[in-house]
Amino acid sequence: MRITLHIWRQANASAPGKMVKYEVPDVNHEMSFLEMLDVLNEALIAKGEEPVAFDHDCREGICGMCGAMVNGVAHGPLPATTLCQLHMRHFKDGDTLYVEPWRAKAFPVIKDLVVDRSALDRIIAAGGYISVSTGSAPDGNAILVPKENSDQAMDAAACIACGACVAMCPNASAALFTGAKIAHLGLLPQGQPERQARAIAMVAQATAEAFGSCTNIGECEAVCPKEIKLEVIARMNRDFIRASWTER
Amino acid sequence: MELNSKSPDGPIETRWERHRFHLKLVNPANKRKYTIIVVGSGLAGGSAAATLGELGYNVKCFCFQDSPRRAHSIAAQGGINAAKNYHNDGDSIYRLFYDTVKGGDFRARESNVYRLAQISVNIIDQCVAQGVPFAREYSGYLDNRSFGGAQVSRTFYARGQTGQQLLLGAYQALERQVGLGQVTMVPRTEMLDLIVVDGRARGIVTRNLKTGKIESHMADAVVLGTGGYGNVFYLSTNAKGSNTTAIWRAHKRGALFANPCFTQIHPTCIPVSGEYQSKLTLMSESLRNDGRVWVPKQKGDKRDPGSISEGDRDYYLERKYPSFGNLVPRDVASRNAKAVCDEGRGVGESGLAVYLDFRDAIKRLGEHTIKERYGNLFDMYERITGENPYQVPMRIYPAIHYTMGGLWVDYNLMSTIPGLYVIGEANFSDHGANRLGASALMQGLADGYFVLPNTISDYLASNKFETLDPANTAVREAEARVNDTVRRLLSAKGTRSVDSYHRELGKIMWDYCGMGRTAAGLKKALQEIPQLREQFWRDVRVLGTGEELNQSLEKAGRVADFIELAELMCLDALERNESCGGHFREEYQTAEGEAARDDERYSYAAAWEFTGVGNSPVLHKEPLSFEYVHPSQRSYK
Repeated sequence: MRITLHIWRQANASAPGKMVKYEVPDVNHEMSFLEMLDVLNEALIAKGEEPVAFDHDCREGICGMCGAMVNGVAHGPLPATTLCQLHMRHFKDGDTLYVEPWRAKAFPVIKDLVVDRSALDRIIAAGGYISVSTGSAPDGNAILVPKENSDQAMDAAACIACGACVAMCPNASAALFTGAKIAHLGLLPQGQPERQARAIAMVAQATAEAFGSCTNIGECEAVCPKEIKLEVIARMNRDFIRASWTER
Repeated sequence: MELNSKSPDGPIETRWERHRFHLKLVNPANKRKYTIIVVGSGLAGGSAAATLGELGYNVKCFCFQDSPRRAHSIAAQGGINAAKNYHNDGDSIYRLFYDTVKGGDFRARESNVYRLAQISVNIIDQCVAQGVPFAREYSGYLDNRSFGGAQVSRTFYARGQTGQQLLLGAYQALERQVGLGQVTMVPRTEMLDLIVVDGRARGIVTRNLKTGKIESHMADAVVLGTGGYGNVFYLSTNAKGSNTTAIWRAHKRGALFANPCFTQIHPTCIPVSGEYQSKLTLMSESLRNDGRVWVPKQKGDKRDPGSISEGDRDYYLERKYPSFGNLVPRDVASRNAKAVCDEGRGVGESGLAVYLDFRDAIKRLGEHTIKERYGNLFDMYERITGENPYQVPMRIYPAIHYTMGGLWVDYNLMSTIPGLYVIGEANFSDHGANRLGASALMQGLADGYFVLPNTISDYLASNKFETLDPANTAVREAEARVNDTVRRLLSAKGTRSVDSYHRELGKIMWDYCGMGRTAAGLKKALQEIPQLREQFWRDVRVLGTGEELNQSLEKAGRVADFIELAELMCLDALERNESCGGHFREEYQTAEGEAARDDERYSYAAAWEFTGVGNSPVLHKEPLSFEYVHPSQRSYK
């Protein structure tokens, strides 16, 4: 099938960017979206034009490296699916697709569809962990975790830090990302000692990184490829408010 | 060159403890005076960087991705082994050791494997304490499952995302050290050369992938945790960025490369669908616990699988291996899949696939239980193929998955270059000729959390480290080599893209150095690869400049290294006139078609010394002796 692409091209962070139109005449419906971009890039290289830069690595939907806006939706139209796992069988011959990088003040564009998401690492570095140095752990079965808590913690821990939640949010808020880690660790007995300090520190870091505030719109949940639920934001807010009252 | 494995002797149960006692320690107050570079941030590199930071060393950790959390360890699905014997089903440290030595087809070092089995129990404790959400029973206790090749339930898992959760545990520990200022994280940066001064590893040369800037970083020791080289085959289950560059360039500086031909083919991957295919996706082999593998009995039976009656199906693994059935080790399962497809009984459009069928398991356990066990894998399969595996059997085919070979290391995980340590998949040490399922995560974390942080102190405390002048000749030469390579790649201005060469290389390797190898085929590959190398350097087309984000340039450097490595792999495979584990030489098989080892002549690790591109490398042998697990023909009947 034939697909028309309009792709954001930007040479570097300070250069102006623009949408550029490309035709991909021989798209196979079994291809993934990124494989279509590979085919386009091979054609561009053959013509002596620079290929489109885009981030990707595992191509299995787990590393969180890929992502772009496709017709205004983070990771494209298929729910619970990263861009690398979006297959062309979900499009029709003759479709026109607009492909843009994540848009957020905290995610500056590096080149074309590649953005800098290091702000997410700094939120984790502020407190998204349990402080247990190697060697000091008790036996694994010394810490019992109710299955329900463990399952809910796993649901939240499934976040891949792709940044789709931020890109889709009108406020460019990282609340779903931050809340997912606060919920994951806060649901476990191991995470209790640092629970309050963690919420304060991570929320403060997210604010310092120029992510916006959450106003409960829910676009993040709608596009999250790992189906992280809005309830993680509620857990974050509860931990944060309780901690703000009692932290000294 | 004398290969001294530094393996302790005496009773195997106490070797690690005794060895550790004799290692020199660095005084806590002095640790901050040492700088250690860690390249790679996966389970091995990430856990090592975090632990070295906790101990008080200055650590600089590098990764090519935008965040250390992207490392390919994240894609591991099935689980991690540990000899906890929580199930009272006869497991023990000794049994895990025994299974790993036997599973590796007697080509691993016993001392290393025993240590790995011992440490396995500490890993689980550490990860639980970090908040890794392992699967639990309703009682709150840890759940386990059995996993490919094992008859006990010793595999801990977090749904089908065990690698992700273990990596996030290590990543969070690493970010904690970053927050404390103990580790400096340098993402989007690629190691392109090793700095060796007076015979010792003293730093690396890197390229900043965002700006193209080439820089030197000095240290007192360098640790490589840069993963495997499966992408030499182009199509593999590895992430697109996984590469051999760090270990290959260290090899070119003098680190011996051991058993390069030992590659693992994973039996359960989604088959190739077309020429544009960019990678292969693994379906965790935990699926083989409940799925049944079959093909039609008749050649060319193109009927819809649902309409093929029980009598017309050949459950060939259950038939040939009644005691292990669908759970035979990966190499055995892969070779049998290839064999039935070669007979013309393969399924799907290409005929290069076999069925993995859950019909009976769903009937027995209900769809709900199957969904709970494998839900995300089934979803992933449906997303890629457009078929619903609850209704239609999965189609699977073997694909390159893991490389047991890697840089040679001693018991301390130090390579043949003093001060250069190699951990995780990047080294050759623990899996012999075949790795058992759920053992990669175990080895990566054992090396990073528990082994390397202990052994590295011995080297640091035993040597004096003068401050290195950036104007040092060795540093300048390493930088010049990197600049020269970048310049040559950009100035070839040829006609063919980097990917086209990579695909061509992959095809040569899959055809001649893949699942079945022959002397004739390997000799053919050894003629074709140098020609491809010559053409690559003359005719590769890399557009853009070196002073910006240039993904073609990054790939070009990696493919250049893969081409050189490919030649060594074929040579190693040709030299090893036996079949063992993942290395199957068609000339050497038993009457029943199983791998025929030759312990008389090949019970050694083959460690190759680089002597220049296009020159014959020199083979050094580390003899392997088996005091505890006596070599026998593996039998899974």
